[in-house]
Formats: sequence, C-alpha cells, structure tokens
Amino acid sequence: MKRGSRRPAPKTEPLDLQLFPVAEPPRAYGPRASIAVAAPVAVPQIPGASPESAISVELLTQQAKAVVEGAFPRIWIRGEISDFKSYRSGHWYFSLRGAAAQIKCVMWLRDQRGVPALPEDGMQVVVLGQPTVYPAQGSLQVTVTAIDAVGDGLWRKALEESTARLRADGLLEPSRKRALPRFPRRVAVITSPDGAALHDIIAVMQRRCPTVEIVLVPAKVQGEGAPADLVRAIACVTRWAAVDTVIIGRGGGAREDLWAFNSEAVARALAECAIPTISAVGHEVDVTLCDLVADHRAATPSAAAEAAVPVLADVRAEAASMLLALREALVRQVQRRRDRVERVARDLRVGVARGAERRSAKVNAIAGRLNALSPLATLARGYAVARDDSGATLGSTSDFAPARDFNLLLRDGTVRATTRSVHPAPGTTDQNK
Amino acid sequence: MSYETDIARIETIVVELERSEVPLDDALRLFEEGIERLRTASAALMQAEARVRKLIEDSDGGFTLADFES
Repeated sequence: MKRGSRRPAPKTEPLDLQLFPVAEPPRAYGPRASIAVAAPVAVPQIPGASPESAISVELLTQQAKAVVEGAFPRIWIRGEISDFKSYRSGHWYFSLRGAAAQIKCVMWLRDQRGVPALPEDGMQVVVLGQPTVYPAQGSLQVTVTAIDAVGDGLWRKALEESTARLRADGLLEPSRKRALPRFPRRVAVITSPDGAALHDIIAVMQRRCPTVEIVLVPAKVQGEGAPADLVRAIACVTRWAAVDTVIIGRGGGAREDLWAFNSEAVARALAECAIPTISAVGHEVDVTLCDLVADHRAATPSAAAEAAVPVLADVRAEAASMLLALREALVRQVQRRRDRVERVARDLRVGVARGAERRSAKVNAIAGRLNALSPLATLARGYAVARDDSGATLGSTSDFAPARDFNLLLRDGTVRATTRSVHPAPGTTDQNK
Repeated sequence: MSYETDIARIETIVVELERSEVPLDDALRLFEEGIERLRTASAALMQAEARVRKLIEDSDGGFTLADFES
C-alpha cells in the first residue's frame, strides 16, 4: 500500500457506500488500512453500523469476495491435498492443508487438461489459484488453475498408471523382446530432423558401418502434438517395412521435454511396430514408456547407433574367418579319408607279415619232427645199418648168405664187410621165406 | 534371407563337416553351399558408403526416399 493513501480519516467526509472500497485494487497483500476508517462516529446511514442499517449476508459475502480477490492476484500455494473428490460434473474439490491450517480448493474441468494424473490425498503439491470467497458457503476458497506435484509426483503417477495398463496387456513381457538384426542393411531413425540426436546417430553409424543406409523419419518429439506425430511416424515405418531396425528417440532434455516418449499411445504404437525397435531417449535417469516396450533400450542416441550396427571391420573379419573355417573343415574331411586309407594299408601289411611268420614256424616244427624220424639220427646215436649193394636194408638173418659182401652204414661213413656164417636165433623164422 | 540366417547356416555346415564323416559328394555340396551363403552374407560388406535419406510418404500411400542433408 502506498504511503500517500494512508490519510487521516476526516470526520466530515462521507464514506463510500461500500464497506471496503475495492475500486482501486491493492498492489500488495494484507488487510486494507481503510478498515481504520470504520469511524468512531456511528452514522445511521452507514450500512451495518447499526441494527437499523444491518446488511444482508449476500452483501457481506459479495463484499468479502471482492476484497479477497482484490487483495490477492493468482498465486502459488504449497500444501497437502486432502478430501479430494472428483464430481460427476468433472470438477475437482479438495482441501489444501498446511500443518495447522487448511483451505478449500476447486478445480474446474476445463483447467484440468494440463494435469497428467488425478491428484491423490496426501500428495504434496503446489497449486496456482485465485483466492476467493464462495458466497454460498461463506467460505474462503481457492480456484485452482494448475497443480504440480512437489517433485514429480503427478507425472510419476500418470506413468505408473500407463505402465500398469501396458503390463496388463502383456506389452512389457520380456518374451516379446525381439533380437536386433546383427548386421542390418537399413536403419530407420524416428526423431526430429534438426535435433542433436539425429546428428549423433548419423555420426556413430557412419563411423562404425558406413555401408548401412540411414533413413530419417521426421517427427515432432516435444511440445503440443508430439505424441500424435510420433504415433504417425511409427505407423509409417511399419507400413513401409523396407527396413531392418528402427531407432526412436531424441537427445537429452528436461523431464517435460521427454514427455511425448511417456505417452501411452506412442508406447502402444511402438509395441506394435513390426520391425525390431531401439528406444533412445537421452535421459539416463528416467526410463520412459518407450524404453519399456522397445526391443532394446539405449541410454543415448549414440548408444542406440552402436547397438544398431556392428563395426564393419569386425563383420569383415568374421566373414573371413568363416571362409577359413569352411575350407579347413573340407580339408579335414579329405584328410580323414586319406588317414583311413593309410591305416587300412598299414593293417594289411602287418597282417600279411604275421601270417608269413606263423607259416614259417609251422614249417620249422614239421621239419623238426621229420628230422627226428630220420634214420640218420639213429646212426648218430651209434647204431649201424646193413645194406646190400643195391641199397636195400638187410634187416633179417635170412637176408644174409655166407661169403656174401654187404655194406655197413655208420654215422661217419660205410664199411665193406663179408658174411662168415649165419646163426638165426632159435624159434625165429623169417616169415617171408 | 538375413545375415544371421546365412552365418548360422555356415556355422552348422562347418560343425557338420568337422564332426561326422559325410560322403565326399555331400561334403563338397555342403562346402559349396557354405561358400555361396558367405558370398550372399558378405555382399553388403563390399557396398559403397550409404547416404542418409529421408522417408517421404506419398499422397497415394506409397513411399519415396529423398536425400537428406544433415
């Protein structure tokens, strides 16, 4: 209040009809000094100054409303929500509580659009509102036009609710996650055409694998209409289909800048995308709904590019080692055959040799036995054999005739001998005679 | 036919050639298939550097790729 307006109350000056002049709104809060003019002099025509001039309740509450609204501009008020009720009309009614005070609040349906989720009792919030008086109740209340949870409670709540719905529909199942193609030919990037994210993705992909084609699918990534535009872009890629991997994202930003990626509609569109997806919302701390439904989550657009394509030199090395492995496998096939042939040949040779040995041992044994039967062996023991000149053995006395010559065969030669007389043993006769 | 499918098949062929004794005719056939798949899989390795493009949806629902200047 301006110092100049604090004038001394001249007793003769007639007072305004209004109890508290509001034509000139105050510039600051606080009770108006003009209360001081509630004059010590009771004049009958002053409303409310005497039983005769009593004012109506309506007049009081209307005056109070005018004073309160005049005294306060729209202001931010901090407190805890309690007794929250959403009426059938869509309007919200609740109390805002401090440690030892509370005030009623109303939030009309038309002002609720910017609020991400239904506030809850116990939530610490700051509300933007116009303090006023509600004449029907004669109560002080605040007409709220914006609510922000202290911290990010409301955003989080909205996110939790959407997450629960996506989970209920099975869209967060780990089994839904598809493997990314290891070596895509073409990668679609859904993002803003002039954002840092696109620049990073192009730089990383061209460094790692310059043969892969990058196709930008331009979309609005923040602000009014961003979710709808992202949904359109995703649907566009699905219909086009001539691409191996999709990256959707944007560079880092404030939490509210990333909000389009927490849109349930965008998340559902991404979950339905026919092509494997990588989400790359540049915010390491927060996980967005898009991150949850994408096949792969990258913390930054650069990380998304790294996940999307291999290093070309690695792929070339792999192809080269594959070729080597194939050739070696074939060579080993041939080698194994050669080894087997050699093994068989060796076995054959060994077999033949063993057979020959066995036979020669047998010959020796037979020869030994033959030798034992030979008469020469008998002679060797000191016996002699008598034979006539024709070589026939003379084995009986009857083979001998007196004065007849014969030969005696000994161990070391022969002796010529002559028969003197023959004496057959008694009782033995030559059966041949 | 994706790169993964080709590479996986080649790996199977190598394992088969290494493990079992297949008839020589089959071994040669497997080897030739492996080489052919390797050629397909690595065709993209030999491509020239790709340009960055922009997807444009035509009014008739078709799609066009335009060069994109970043």
